[in-house]
Amino acid sequence: MSGTGGTLRRIALGALALVLLAAIWEGYKAVGPAGGVDLAGLQLLPRTTDLAMPHIHEMIARALEPVNSSAGSAPVWTSVLLAALSSLGTASVGLLLGAVVGITLALVMQRLPIAETAMLPWLVLSQTVPLIALAPLIVSWGGRVQIGALEWERWMSVAVIAAYLAFFPIAIGALRGLQSPDRNHTELFHSYAAGWWRTLLYLRLPASVPYLLPALRLGAASAIIGTVVAEVSTGAKGGIGRLIIEYAQSGSSDPAKAYSPIAAAVLMGLAAAGIVALAGLGVKRYRRNEVTA
Amino acid sequence: MTTLDAVHVNQATKRFEAKKGDGVTALDEVNLTIRAGEFVSLIGPSGCGKSTLLRLIADLDQPTAGSVTVFGKTARQARLDQDYGIAFQSAGLLPWRTVAANIELPLQLHRVAPAKRALKVAELMSLVGLADFAESFPDQLSGGMQQRVAIARSLAESPELLLMDEPFGALDEMTRERMQTELVRICAETGAAVVFVTHSIPEAVFLSDRVVVMSPRPGRIVAIVDVALGEARGEMLREEEGFFDSVTEVREALHRVPGGAGETVRPDGAARGVDLR
Amino acid sequence: MRSLALRSALPPVVLGVLVLVAWQLVVELGDIQPYLLPAPTAILTQLVLVLPVLWAALLATGSNALIGLVAGAVLAIGMALLASRLGFIDELLTPIVAAVAVVPIVALAPVLTTMYGATSETPRRVIVAIVVFVPVFINTLRGLRQVRPVHRDLMRAYAATNWQVSRTVTIPGALPYVFTGLNIASSLAVISAIVAEYFGGLQNGLGSRITSAAANSAYPRAWAYVFGAILLGVVFYLGTLAIERAVSRRTAR
Repeated sequence: MSGTGGTLRRIALGALALVLLAAIWEGYKAVGPAGGVDLAGLQLLPRTTDLAMPHIHEMIARALEPVNSSAGSAPVWTSVLLAALSSLGTASVGLLLGAVVGITLALVMQRLPIAETAMLPWLVLSQTVPLIALAPLIVSWGGRVQIGALEWERWMSVAVIAAYLAFFPIAIGALRGLQSPDRNHTELFHSYAAGWWRTLLYLRLPASVPYLLPALRLGAASAIIGTVVAEVSTGAKGGIGRLIIEYAQSGSSDPAKAYSPIAAAVLMGLAAAGIVALAGLGVKRYRRNEVTA
Repeated sequence: MTTLDAVHVNQATKRFEAKKGDGVTALDEVNLTIRAGEFVSLIGPSGCGKSTLLRLIADLDQPTAGSVTVFGKTARQARLDQDYGIAFQSAGLLPWRTVAANIELPLQLHRVAPAKRALKVAELMSLVGLADFAESFPDQLSGGMQQRVAIARSLAESPELLLMDEPFGALDEMTRERMQTELVRICAETGAAVVFVTHSIPEAVFLSDRVVVMSPRPGRIVAIVDVALGEARGEMLREEEGFFDSVTEVREALHRVPGGAGETVRPDGAARGVDLR
Repeated sequence: MRSLALRSALPPVVLGVLVLVAWQLVVELGDIQPYLLPAPTAILTQLVLVLPVLWAALLATGSNALIGLVAGAVLAIGMALLASRLGFIDELLTPIVAAVAVVPIVALAPVLTTMYGATSETPRRVIVAIVVFVPVFINTLRGLRQVRPVHRDLMRAYAATNWQVSRTVTIPGALPYVFTGLNIASSLAVISAIVAEYFGGLQNGLGSRITSAAANSAYPRAWAYVFGAILLGVVFYLGTLAIERAVSRRTAR
């Protein structure tokens, strides 16, 4: 799985998968009926007109053209890229906040078993709340809430929602990691008369790295999703979510434009996962699997 | 000047209560004194309480009744004062630390200065013969080597008492014999008292000054066998007549132990669950 | 056994009650504005008032979520079975699934609406199906792959055919993993069905009710719909749990 041969192979396969998807798209467009495929009133397959399903080359071409017909309008791909970077920034703030909250909760739950029993069901339940649904409500805090000298801006609501989505997988992953050392190790530390804090620093935190990394990856993906959706709900300017909606609104006249921000959102997700993977490289030594004597 | 006894167990009892039905009496009014510098093995069939007794001395469990003192202090105080070193059956090395860092762990936890730590670690690594592997990780070492690291770690704070719970249990016979010879040498050099739990009669005899034979349900000491094979114990000891005599003495003491794991006792009355090789 | 169940149910219930009471007190005593946090009593009142509308919205969103869940799960299990057998399918799917797992699928909602038309229910169901596909596929594949070596050797010693091995060892062994995936998928299905509505298209479900209530500054009402959404999520979650119990009892470990 590792090594340059493996990575090259995986990249090649990824490219092959993309090509296949493009082929399926164009292929269906070529042979599918213009009105789509219906089954007992339920639409199964989409319509194949150029308006409903633009050609792939049309999407790419449109990305290079200006956004609209006003003077000085930047090409689509430029505005999309800028928006994506802005959203990535917001998502990062959300991820950081979510990570802090999640890890803190995990520490509390590890320290106090009663806290774990009391809080865990609610934490699980919290994930069934589509807090994204509350996005409009959190947005309404904007302009009316002030934390010290800081005025609440729209993007902060987005970051809070991203944090809410991210904190749960991180909390669960961190908790599992903190609880992962087996009795052998915990008794060893007990025999060293090491208190909770030292056991945390020297044993539990290092042992939790293999659990935290996938949790952070999941958290990053959740933060991105949260950011995009929250931006749509809150209409936050400058974000990719707003562009998705905006460009989709001209979907009946300019269908190819809408695909650019979506592609950018996809790339954002991949970039976030990549960054977490890079972070994982730095802590390689904590990911060696345990071998028992 | 009288040297303090290393361990004094007085009427120690340990009961484990079950939610339904009767509990288990792991230890029943056990008395034992271990002198400073003495090597004592605990041997017996499964469930005889030898590991439980070790854990009471280590303050990893507390007695239901009776007391355990280590160098005149309570077991808890001895643990807080770090008066003993411990080695378990599985080496329990931290996989993300190198060999040197693993040996260093107790010293780091107890805030010993880096320079002193480095010195002690170097000393210990040559003591166990692993000086060349300082920067290796545990998953790169064999089982025997990992146990040597664990033993080095248990000696890190130069304790006067070593507690070992079947540290060679997971090793093959040849490695085991090599490790026993090593351990004898190390203990002679450090002069520590040792409480050593084992399943193996030859191992117990080879290593100890006294062998404590225990029986299960309830856990009790049935016999203490003096092994008078002298201080210097080399490889060839295992082929001497005196060695076989002591092994026989321990085996016969074990025969007097009522059946081990099951109710059936073998026709020659031998205890089950003990390595009679 | 009963006392254990009680003991583990008590702390969260106590915590929940405490939080509710504290919530009500904080809102009343702190004179918190409704846009920030409405009082539980206000939410409850609104809940009763909008019950018929809530019910219709629940049905709409629930059916979208259910259809998407079933479609996605069936597809995922089928593909996982194929992938566990045919290496090249596995190799092709892995990058796609890995990518889908980290990208916001709901962002596809607008183009799906264009593809299927603005009055179609299908875009939301497609999104739910894709979102559900990922956890069910990953977990099912993992389950199909983890045959214990001792079982594998046993089957080999019996000269069992591939199909026999699948039926007696692989599939029963994989079931717990399938259910893990379904559990995760069930809550994701509900949330995706709700969120997909924010991106346009048909507006007959919970998502649109929440946004319109918020847009009209009727915050207690919005929270009431959110409560309905939570209920839906819990129902789905418990539903998959119940199916798991029913199946597992017959294939006892």
